[in-house]
Amino acid sequence: MPLFYEKRQLVTPGDLLAEDNYIAGDNTYEDNGKIYASRVGLIDYEVRKVYVVALKAFYVPFVGDTVIGKIVEVGTGGWMVDINAPYLAMLRASDVIDRPFKPRTSDLPSIFDVGDLIIAKIFAYDRTRDPLLTIREPGLGKIMRGQLVEITPTKIPRLIGRKGSMISTIKKETACQVTIGQNGLLLISGKTPEDERLAVMAIHKVEEESHTSGLTDRVTEMLRKEKEGVEHA
Amino acid sequence: MPKRKTKRKRLNIPQKKPEKLIDKNDVRIDGRKLNELRPVKIEVGVLGNADGSAYIEQGKNKILAAVYGPKEVHPRHLALPDRAVLRCRYHMAPFSVDERKSPAPSRREVELSKVIRESLEPSVFVEYYPRTSVDVFIEVLQADGGTRCAGITVASLALADAGIPMRDLVVACAAGKVEGRLVLDLIDLEDKAGEADVPLALMPNFDAITLLQMDGSLTIDEFEKVVNLALDGCKQICALQKETLKSKYVAVKEAMEE
Repeated sequence: MPLFYEKRQLVTPGDLLAEDNYIAGDNTYEDNGKIYASRVGLIDYEVRKVYVVALKAFYVPFVGDTVIGKIVEVGTGGWMVDINAPYLAMLRASDVIDRPFKPRTSDLPSIFDVGDLIIAKIFAYDRTRDPLLTIREPGLGKIMRGQLVEITPTKIPRLIGRKGSMISTIKKETACQVTIGQNGLLLISGKTPEDERLAVMAIHKVEEESHTSGLTDRVTEMLRKEKEGVEHA
Repeated sequence: MPKRKTKRKRLNIPQKKPEKLIDKNDVRIDGRKLNELRPVKIEVGVLGNADGSAYIEQGKNKILAAVYGPKEVHPRHLALPDRAVLRCRYHMAPFSVDERKSPAPSRREVELSKVIRESLEPSVFVEYYPRTSVDVFIEVLQADGGTRCAGITVASLALADAGIPMRDLVVACAAGKVEGRLVLDLIDLEDKAGEADVPLALMPNFDAITLLQMDGSLTIDEFEKVVNLALDGCKQICALQKETLKSKYVAVKEAMEE
C-alpha cells in the first residue's frame, strides 16, 4: 500500500496521494481505490487515514460551532444572519425572546437590527436547509465592543494550537480577550487600542505562516519585541 | 510623407498576412519551433476582493480570472436542490483586440462561456454544496489566439485558489495545421490563415478530455497527431500550474526557514 508523499508536503487538487487500503479523509476523495487531493494543502496521515490540511477554504457550518455573524435581514419570525458560509443562517425570534413570541407585539429590529454583529452557536444544519442558530448560552448574543478580524476558516485550528497553546500565548502576551468564531471571524477586545493592535498583528502572522514549524515561539518573540519597542518609545 | 510610428508597428503585429507563416527551417512567424508553446507566466491570488483569482500571460494573451462562491444563488429560482450551479462568464475587454470590441457580450462570448463552463464542471465537486452557486469570471485583457484555452487554464487555478474542492486541475491547449504542417499553440495569425485549429482541455491526472473542438479540416491521421500534440502541450502547462499554486506558500516557508 504505497503512499506517494511525505507528511506535511504541499499538494494540489488531483494529486495522487495513496493507493490500496487507505481511507480518504478531509479534502481528499477516493476514486477506483486511489486517493487524490481535492484542495491545495499539506498532506498528513494517521495509521490508514490520509487527509489534507487545506491552506484556503470557506467555512462549512457544523453543529455546535461558535460563529460570529452579521444580521442581514429582519423577517417576521426571526433574522437572517451572514455567517461567512455558503448559506445564510436563520435565528428564530422564539430563541431570543423569553416570553411566548407574538409577531404583532414584538419589535424585532429593536433587539437585533440589520448590521448588528452577534456571537451565536450553530444549533442545526444538514445541507438541505439553511443552518439554524441559537444564542441561548452564556457568552452568546450581540457584540457591543471590540475589533473584528477575518482569517481563512481553515487556519482556526492552527490559531488555537495544540491544546490551545497558540491562542493562550496571544491572550497572555497581549492581555486581550479573543473570541473565536469557527467561521474565520475573531473578536478581540483589550484594555487599550495598542493591545488590540498587537493581537491583530499576531493573528495575521499566524494566518500567513500557518504551514511553517516553530510558529508559537516566533509569535511570542515578535510580541515581546513589539511590546518593548512601545515601552521605549 | 513623414513616417508615422503606429502602435501596431511597435507591437510588431504585421498588418497583412505575410507570404509564409513557416520558413524552410521549420521556424514559425514568431520564432517558435513547430511543437513549441508560447512563453507562459501564471500568478494566483492577484485580486483582493474575489474569493479566488489568477492571471495568465501566454505569449501576447493576457487573461484575468476571478471566482466567487460558493454562495447563495441570485436570482433564487436558478438554485438546484441537489448541487451547486457553476456559472461562467468569458468576456473580452474592449481594448483586447486591434479594433475596439463592443463591451456587450457577443454571440461568440456567450458560446465560449458555455463551452468553458462545461469543460470546468467535470472537475468541480458541485454536489458537495447544493443550492449554491460558484461564479467564474474570465476577463481577456489582451487577445492573440487561443484565449479559450488560456481562459480554462487560468479559471481552474482561480477555482483552486478559492478553495473549491476539485477532482483535478483543468488545463487546455490548442494545436492545428498551418501551411500543411502540424503546429502547437497557434497565435491569432496562424489561426486565421491556417487550415485547422483544435482546442483541447484535459484533466491531466485522469487523462480525461473535457473539451475538444475543431475548426477547419484534417484527415483522421492528422487529427490524431494534432490531438497528441495538444495533449503534450497541456501536460507542459499543467506542470507550470501546479508549480504556481505551490509557489505562493513555498515562498513564505522558505523565508521562515532561513
